[in-house]
Amino acid sequence: MRRGRLELFALVGVAVAAPFLLPEYKAQLSFLWLFVLFALTWDLQGGQMGYNSFGNVVFFGIGMYASTAVQIALFFNLGEWTEAGGEQTFTHTPAQYFAGFAAGIFASALLPAAAALALGSFILSMRGQYFAICTLGFGIAVGEIAASADILGAGSGMSVPVWPEESGGLAARDLALYSLCALAALFCFIAMRELHKTKFGLALNAIRDDEDKAEAMGLPVTWCKVRSWTVSAFFLGIAGALAGHIIGFIDPTEVAFAGATFGVWMVLMAVLGGKGTLWGPIIGAALFQFFKEFFWTYFLGWQYVMLGLLIVVSVVFFPDGVVGFWRARRAGQAERGL
Amino acid sequence: MSAPLLSLRGVCKSFGGVVANHDVSLSVPEGGIVGLIGPNGSGKSTIFNLICGTHPVDSGEIVFRGENITAKTTAEIARGGLVRAFQQTRVYKQMKCLDNMRISAPPQGSWFARPAEESAEEARRLLGFVGLAEKENWRAGELSFGQQKLLELAMALTAKPKLLLLDEPTAGINPTLINGVMARLRAVNEEFGVTLLVIEHNMRVIMNLARNIFCLARGEVLAEGAPAQIQNDKRVIDAYLGG
Repeated sequence: MRRGRLELFALVGVAVAAPFLLPEYKAQLSFLWLFVLFALTWDLQGGQMGYNSFGNVVFFGIGMYASTAVQIALFFNLGEWTEAGGEQTFTHTPAQYFAGFAAGIFASALLPAAAALALGSFILSMRGQYFAICTLGFGIAVGEIAASADILGAGSGMSVPVWPEESGGLAARDLALYSLCALAALFCFIAMRELHKTKFGLALNAIRDDEDKAEAMGLPVTWCKVRSWTVSAFFLGIAGALAGHIIGFIDPTEVAFAGATFGVWMVLMAVLGGKGTLWGPIIGAALFQFFKEFFWTYFLGWQYVMLGLLIVVSVVFFPDGVVGFWRARRAGQAERGL
Repeated sequence: MSAPLLSLRGVCKSFGGVVANHDVSLSVPEGGIVGLIGPNGSGKSTIFNLICGTHPVDSGEIVFRGENITAKTTAEIARGGLVRAFQQTRVYKQMKCLDNMRISAPPQGSWFARPAEESAEEARRLLGFVGLAEKENWRAGELSFGQQKLLELAMALTAKPKLLLLDEPTAGINPTLINGVMARLRAVNEEFGVTLLVIEHNMRVIMNLARNIFCLARGEVLAEGAPAQIQNDKRVIDAYLGG
């Protein structure tokens, strides 16, 4: 069997087995798959293209709002819904809920992708630290806009429609959301793996190594950069929709446009596992989710300190991430004839 | 005489108060090897930047293959068949040599398709031409400086240019290898049919290679002619070559 197919089967195997082996941790496992998607999509810019974005969380947030707004607005008045706040005044019938769910996922993929396509050529014309700072500001600005948009519930946020009681209750809901998260991540993995093998993938690497040279050789660099961001935005939007359903409530700056948590974590995961590799982001996401849950359980109150310590240790001792460290070790062994 | 492949007419460029090029007119015939010499700061590299669209010209026009390219972007110009190699060698250092070559080939079909197998064969053939066949799986950054220069030349050839601009192709290369580079540049010109415009400080190289030479000084064309003429031109000797 080819190695690529073997890897995919291994991932699918993990995805199928995990909720049965760890049934109490379904929400954490769902987030693990979303984290895999975070890190993989971030790496398409940060690792493959050399553009360290701190604003990718924007697409996650847009996807979350778009999905929920569509699911509500198809059947109710969105303004009345958000005004009612947490009050349970509106209830979707199962048919309404699932039709809205599907339409919401659709919107959550398309809207962020359209946003990336529209804003990309401007924001991606900046380089290096200017790009990083700009994306950081971009994330904060969009969060503030959401926090002041009344139709989206402004600062008090927006509640996500509740899974209908008739459709199997919480257990069915958790399993369904877990499955969708795993599917989204696997689909994202396949897409990234195929992209890396295309001319587009080579062009992103060329931009990372020397953008001026790439341009002088006739590569359409802006076109490539914007498409790369659009692909990431597409998947991040879907991740946002699913995360909204898992969390059940959208806070503009703490959940949707959470630059200080999700926005930074996606960078850390890719760096932890190894930037610019296919498996680095996946390994990084798994390690990160493990340590995060571990710290939140056993070091509550000090969890952010521990997380900071983890970052320092990984950057100082494993600057190329787990995959980079492993590769360097193997290369060293090969040289010594081991 | 047929129209030149590239011609500059009255090209001027200033950076603030500094005049980099003033009223530069020169032409490169198809199939030729043309040299560009002159003291440091005489505006040779600026001319390259103007031709390639890296900097916009202040006035004057640049015509390539009968088309005015003065206002085109760098990438458009490159896709039109005018490719440059940089003075400070630039290759994609973290990518394998073979991938450096493949991404330099003129794009065919969708960007979201895998590179065609023929592109690998073509890449290997050209890597062989510059003597890097054995290194196809090395990362370009692991090559020596001279090897990187050769890789950059091979990358430029992969792009199938009509005109290749070379900024000091022998600078920093071990003197024993310079003859090899010269032989390869001649082959590029004769076998691949690529016209060359070469900036060079090594007089032995440029006088042997070029059929026609322009000498720049203080941003202006000081003299033009065959190598023998240039070597004996009083103005060139005073401004650059020394007596």
